[in-house]
Amino acid sequence: MTDKIKLTDMSLPGRKPLAHVENKDLMPLPYPLESPEKDHGWTALTEKVMGAVECGLDDTCALNIPQPKTKEEEDELVKKFLAGLDKLFTKENNWTFLQPLVLSMEHCAKCQTCSDACHIYEASGGNELYRPTFRSEIVRRLYFKSVKHGGVLSAWQHGDIEINWPLVARLAELAYRCNLCRRCAQTCPIGADNGLVAHELRKLFSMELGISAKECHDNGSVLQLKVGSSTGMSSLVVKDNIEFIDEDMTEKTGIKVETPWDVEGADVLLIHNAGEIMAWPENPGAFAVILNAAGIKWTLSSELAGYDSINYGLWYDDAQFARVAIKHAQAAKNLGVKKIVLGECGHAHKALSVIADRVLTGDLNIPRESSMTLLRDIVMNGRLKLDPSRNDFPVTLHDPCNMVRLMGVVEPQREVIRKICPQFREMWPHGVDNYCCGGGSGFAIMSGNNFQDWRFHVSGRKKMEQVLNAFSDCMDPSIHKYICAPCSNCKGQFRDMLAYYDMWAKQSILYGGLVELIVNCMVDAKPGFIDWEWH
Amino acid sequence: MSVLVYLALYAGAAVFVAASLVRAWMYARAPLHLRWELYPVPHEDPAKVKHGGSYFEDKDWWTHKRAYNLAGELGVMVPEMLFLKALHEFNRKLWYRSFPFHFGLYLLIGACGLLLLAALLGLFAPTLMAGALGMAFHWLYTVVGVAGVALALVGAVGLLHRRLTDEDLKTYTTAGDIFNLLFFIVSFGVLCAGFLLRGPGGPGVLAMVQGLLTFNKTLEVPGLLAVGIVLCALLAAYIPLTHMSHFVGKYFTYHDVRWNDQVNLRGSKIEAKLVEYLTYKPTWSAPHVTADGKRTWADVATTNPWEGAKK
Repeated sequence: MTDKIKLTDMSLPGRKPLAHVENKDLMPLPYPLESPEKDHGWTALTEKVMGAVECGLDDTCALNIPQPKTKEEEDELVKKFLAGLDKLFTKENNWTFLQPLVLSMEHCAKCQTCSDACHIYEASGGNELYRPTFRSEIVRRLYFKSVKHGGVLSAWQHGDIEINWPLVARLAELAYRCNLCRRCAQTCPIGADNGLVAHELRKLFSMELGISAKECHDNGSVLQLKVGSSTGMSSLVVKDNIEFIDEDMTEKTGIKVETPWDVEGADVLLIHNAGEIMAWPENPGAFAVILNAAGIKWTLSSELAGYDSINYGLWYDDAQFARVAIKHAQAAKNLGVKKIVLGECGHAHKALSVIADRVLTGDLNIPRESSMTLLRDIVMNGRLKLDPSRNDFPVTLHDPCNMVRLMGVVEPQREVIRKICPQFREMWPHGVDNYCCGGGSGFAIMSGNNFQDWRFHVSGRKKMEQVLNAFSDCMDPSIHKYICAPCSNCKGQFRDMLAYYDMWAKQSILYGGLVELIVNCMVDAKPGFIDWEWH
Repeated sequence: MSVLVYLALYAGAAVFVAASLVRAWMYARAPLHLRWELYPVPHEDPAKVKHGGSYFEDKDWWTHKRAYNLAGELGVMVPEMLFLKALHEFNRKLWYRSFPFHFGLYLLIGACGLLLLAALLGLFAPTLMAGALGMAFHWLYTVVGVAGVALALVGAVGLLHRRLTDEDLKTYTTAGDIFNLLFFIVSFGVLCAGFLLRGPGGPGVLAMVQGLLTFNKTLEVPGLLAVGIVLCALLAAYIPLTHMSHFVGKYFTYHDVRWNDQVNLRGSKIEAKLVEYLTYKPTWSAPHVTADGKRTWADVATTNPWEGAKK
């Protein structure tokens, strides 16, 4: 590990990375990943990348910010950054988060209570750069210096920081070294929120300088607003795919499956994360089996964005967020449905249910509900005939931060699992105290350069530890084990991380959603819905 | 000397109250932000608070009447305010220093309240205070006050020691942080020394407070004690001007952010506010935002710059 980094190092000229982490520095993992020597090495950034984009922070690079060619160009970018910083603290530009941001700027006691709560800081072996307050303290000093125009007295009271392009470029990258899980905020005695600071920083870069992660913006919210889904599927393609899934599910379960489209006046408009349709078709398929069997009057929508619940703006841009949320609400309004039910996607849950609650007004304010609640109601009220012995294998439950800590949907999924999975065991800690999967805030879809190395070694490490501990009593490749992760982004992170550590081949650890477990034990369905194959 | 002490005390108290109110007013008048709550939210249904659940766990939650569990909220607030419960749970090492410091300040405030009450009773009902009640008050404010100063002093020294020696804190410690703690230590230290060394024949604490209330210029406040009192008055004026005003900020971070789960219902006051905010005109410069200072948030949010564009 590099020497301890100081706040002022962020302004150091040049592009030499400030932090370097090696396997031996990282938080140890339990069996069978306990040996740092046997762990994968980190892919180094190429000379080409190092010479073209800003990578002066650490071992990776998430944003690919082109290096400015001249000093004038650098100064112009710094000027824009400072203009954006000012805008963050005006109600016209940032009524959305002004009050909580100012509170976090003005009241942090710098007690570092939050550090122990951060999975990234802990997994990195306590690297100073990843301490939750490191980023916030830089922003705080900038706030007092530039926004509040503090002079010498203010610098003495709040600390000083040199404002230059290296600082701005490193800060942009540093905004993408936080999962925005807000576990740190939960422990803050004052109520300051480092996750919010990272979120606001991302907003500043996106909304003022047009700098954001390509996977979240160009390939994410822009694509969704352009064709209807971040997967690139148009409504025609998605209908084709669902038709294929229906056929496949019919064959697999022995139950005729038909997905209804654009049913006016339906009780439920179900919106999946469209990534499920592409990557895990058994998930939307299982939803269709369950809702049809339970007699729910439901529908999917083929309107623009109406068939993809993702809202990546949640992580980096208020304008993109509001646009997508409104599209979702309009799809529901046009069909005249009674409520929107969100499929197994954590960030979509929070985006549309919680955050959009203060964006949607009038007839766009249509009730939104979690699929966890609907599924609990179906399972616990005996609307399906279930045989839990079909699920007699070790199952643990991952709590998606957006659904649990940030929305309070904790028990419905547990009630279902307790009823249908005889070998259910909790991770520790769990519920609202859970750890992020390491893919939160867009990381699960980000894989540019060597970013995956960082997200498996650092941001996902704590979750890997939790999974291994939850299954420590059955670490035998002949025993199939199931991580239930009712969230598409979390599943993406599990898929990539389990593959990286070869945990399916070596330990038979599989991941999937909640609906798959339900259909797997439906008496009316053919046995073996979960096929125990890696995909 | 006494006039200077009185003026310092009145000015210190006035600045403390005014600056705290201004700060509170600044936070209170900020626009209602997007929801950003963190669970558990203690005013939820007690059955849900146990596991950190919310009303979102109920099917068709919008059809249910929501109860506000005040007892649950107080059950978290009171231990947090009095005993710094979060710090106790998540940062025990710091709590051993921070708790005595804060609790000492509470006791000092309590002692000041008791003194004020005793002084008022002494002025307006002297016969009542001549006997056992007066004696009870005397012992009460003396014990509470001495305990308060002692605890606050010990806590402040402990906090300063940690700031100067703990590697985790050093990177983030500014000259101002050191000054703030030294200010407490010196002010309380001088106050203590002045009180203990005040000598026989001088006015008691109660007499000084009564002198303050009646602006009795004839009172001879011992020099060192006067310096201690003036320092404490300056400290009181200084606190709300700094991040140490978290006694104000914390109300908002908890009630307005962490626990604010108020639903926006059609036709509600919240919706009326949102309708107003949607008329604000942002000036963000990135082209995709399409803000130019003339278009409103409603315009921006309902604009899809890519609709109809080819993939």
